[in-house]
Amino acid sequence: MMRTRESATHGEVVLDIRDLKVAFAAGDTAKLAVKGLDLQVKAGEVVALVGESGSGKSVTSLSTMGLLPPNAMVSGSVEVTGHQVIGLPEERMRKLRATEIAMVFQEPMTALNPVLTVEQQLTEALETHNLAFGQAARDRAISLLERVGIPDAAKRIKQYPHQFSGGQRQRIVIAMALTCEPKVIIADEPTTALDVTVQADVLDLLRELKDDLGVGILLITHNMGVVADMADRVSVMFMGDLVEEGTVQDILYRPQHPYTQALLAAVPRLTDVALTHDDEAGRLEAERVAAAAAADREVVLSAKNIAIDYKVKSGVFRAAEGVSFDVAAGETTALVGESGSGKSTVAKAVLGLLPTAEGELRVQGRDLARLKGKEAKLARRAIGVVFQDPAASLDPRFPIGDCIMEPMVVHKVGSKADRVARAKELLAAVKLPADVLNRYPHELSGGQKQRVGIARALVLDPTVLIADEPTSALDVSVQATVLEMLKEIQADFGFACLFVSHDLAVVDHLADNVVVMKRGQVVEQGPTEQVLHFPQEDYTKELLAAAPVPDPDAQKVRREARHRLLGMGAS
Amino acid sequence: MTPKHADDTGSHERNLMNTPETPEAQLASVAAVEDAKLAASQDSLSQGRLVFRRFIRHKPAMISAAVLLVLIVVSMTSIGIFGIKGWWPHDFKTTSVATNGGVPSAEHWFGQEDIGRDYFALVMSGTQVSLIVAFLVGISGTVLGTVLGAVAGYYRGWIDAIIMRIADIFFVIPLLLIAAIVAKTASGAIASPWFLGIMLGVVSWAGLARLVRAQVLTLREREYVEAARAMGASSWRIILKHLIPNCIGTVLVNATLATASAVLLETSLSFLGFGVKAPDSSLGLLISQYQNSFTTRPWLFWWPGLIILIIALSVNFIGDGLRDAFDPRQSGRVKKRNLAAAALMGIRPIAVPTATERTEEAVGNRPPSGTGGIEPAVGPVGAAEEDRKDEEGKR
Repeated sequence: MMRTRESATHGEVVLDIRDLKVAFAAGDTAKLAVKGLDLQVKAGEVVALVGESGSGKSVTSLSTMGLLPPNAMVSGSVEVTGHQVIGLPEERMRKLRATEIAMVFQEPMTALNPVLTVEQQLTEALETHNLAFGQAARDRAISLLERVGIPDAAKRIKQYPHQFSGGQRQRIVIAMALTCEPKVIIADEPTTALDVTVQADVLDLLRELKDDLGVGILLITHNMGVVADMADRVSVMFMGDLVEEGTVQDILYRPQHPYTQALLAAVPRLTDVALTHDDEAGRLEAERVAAAAAADREVVLSAKNIAIDYKVKSGVFRAAEGVSFDVAAGETTALVGESGSGKSTVAKAVLGLLPTAEGELRVQGRDLARLKGKEAKLARRAIGVVFQDPAASLDPRFPIGDCIMEPMVVHKVGSKADRVARAKELLAAVKLPADVLNRYPHELSGGQKQRVGIARALVLDPTVLIADEPTSALDVSVQATVLEMLKEIQADFGFACLFVSHDLAVVDHLADNVVVMKRGQVVEQGPTEQVLHFPQEDYTKELLAAAPVPDPDAQKVRREARHRLLGMGAS
Repeated sequence: MTPKHADDTGSHERNLMNTPETPEAQLASVAAVEDAKLAASQDSLSQGRLVFRRFIRHKPAMISAAVLLVLIVVSMTSIGIFGIKGWWPHDFKTTSVATNGGVPSAEHWFGQEDIGRDYFALVMSGTQVSLIVAFLVGISGTVLGTVLGAVAGYYRGWIDAIIMRIADIFFVIPLLLIAAIVAKTASGAIASPWFLGIMLGVVSWAGLARLVRAQVLTLREREYVEAARAMGASSWRIILKHLIPNCIGTVLVNATLATASAVLLETSLSFLGFGVKAPDSSLGLLISQYQNSFTTRPWLFWWPGLIILIIALSVNFIGDGLRDAFDPRQSGRVKKRNLAAAALMGIRPIAVPTATERTEEAVGNRPPSGTGGIEPAVGPVGAAEEDRKDEEGKR
């Protein structure tokens, strides 16, 4: 083991961006994506670059790596440990990558090559940079894997990416970034694709690496909770402009720019969670309130002990079992859980897209599984649905008007004029101008498309609305608008809502009842006040503790609480 | 802190680039900006019209379309079609004495052949036949391929298996063989270009069916299809309204390419004697009849050959134009005028800075680095926990 390279000393500026401007040629014009950015990252610190889509944060990260597409034009200066990156020929840039600056990508599944073993991918950078070969490279790769917390590294290094879990894959991506001891790591939304509990683990790892190795991390994220958890300093971008920068406390507690203020106000927050102490009085109070509310409910959707099977090659896979809940008119029940918990499966069964294997599913007292033909079609009318991805849920070849009117056409409701009138009425309800009727989905933004999706779901006046992660693909401020709108419309139309989400803060904001699911089983369920603020089950507590809040001090407390919950002890 | 643009950029650049005075910059939320943009945007174009716009900007495709159109118009009007007489004085069936050995002249543009028939009329008649066959193959093959592919992809299971196995059969049996057998058994009918076109269409759908099936397999998992199913739409509605229109790019591009190859297929069939037969003529038949004249009377060979080339090339170029129009990402060229527009905005296409030399040296002289001291830092408990989750997830 030799160590010839000195690591950067704390406080030294390792990434220095000055007056960076990036423009993209598109059609006949050039569009400025970054309009003059100044940013410094010092060794051993985490600078968060925050912004919503279109803010230019990802373009910034690509320009520091010299990875911009050929139609990009750059001016200004980007220095990586003293090397000017702008205008650097590709072969020189390649020498800088991995040794001076490395990148952690968002999606670990696509960042790793599925046909190469982890070892081949880890040693690749070492060998192309002539740093180590053969056994030496392998030893280094194994020690890196151990370093990022992959157990049994010497054996597992021979495996392929698909043999690791999502969180482990992201650890491997981090190990890849570390192979040549870079001074700067660009982490572009490193935890966005991960579940909250895994996210918390990966953030813990990044924090330790920063302290131990003294690398500077440029953390690109839209999640204010992650910012509070990780960042030392924060830069906020909006439409290509740097609108505000400062320490994490300055930005999160005392934002100056109206955009930052609005952004922080839009972040849904989880508050007053009794994680560390037992608040017996509060819990009893919550139970009493819930019992009072339960008195006069008109249950429109009820599930009793339903089980859902998927056919797989080796027989059947039970995706959900023993799930029971009911939703009353005007109420929202949330299905919460991490990926693989079966929450979307249950929603699909309610929609009739999957058959139930056991149990009863009743909409307005009618058992959906027993209905056939015409009756089943009629029962469908009572259920509206909003999907997760607004880009995929509207047919790109349909004008918005046709999208909204499609359920009426399918069920042969009303004349052409009636349908147009109804569509206009609903567009007004979701606060979109009436002339959107003749526009096409590609002209609308994600948030606007999702509002059209809501309008379509409501066109037949459903008694039940199923919302499957309706805001998880949206920016924070857009999410806030859509959620607020959903609440208002529910008050007006009085439908029952089954809301599927992984985001506990959103659920806390919206739902009356919560069903927490884990691997197809219900872990805990009850009124929101009770489940999310006075959780009884360890899993619920773990989920709540893992969800980061946009408040650095509170986040520190929660982090430690989580470590205690996991029995790790505060590190 | 405020945006840092006031001090270090020139005033000219600032005016052009950083304009906080515009209403857009006043809005402090993405949702508000998007709504303002939507309200401000005027023209509303369907995807079809966007594609059409890109298509008419594609020069090779537009020139080819014009050439093809001229060829179609000339071939139809010169000798007439469906019994209607055209403007060309000669008929392709009337024989006469070949003047001056049949050399092209003002009277006979393309010359005359052995028995004194006017070669221009013959070639035009052959062009008509070739075009009819080509378009019939294009249309029938495309319709069959699209519908069968969409049905196979949508229903999957045994329907898919049956359709795709039939497609496999058409793949493995050479078209020439099928054509030869059909030509032998239906000796009279095969001579008609209409029959030949339909027959070739019926046997050449398999490639498109595979493409459409593959695309439908991904489209059917889209949420808008799921949304349509959830609202109770029938399978046919989903296939016709949602799936096929979204495959239209693949279908159209493939249809033009199939048309181009049908021209060549018809030519080779007629050349071999399995296709169109006299007294009807086709370009392939003409070439086969006069292949021996190549050295003595080259015009008898060149004219039909040239027309085949023109049809096949222009249809292929149109196909290229359609593909670029449907998928603009495939042609990733940066146009010069874009760069000019950007230069106006005060940004240079990647400029080489003065620091380059210094950087070169720094990179070149850096000593190689070895393995660093690395110790596991994540507690074994955390790692074990994740391993456990992983195991349970697989179960």
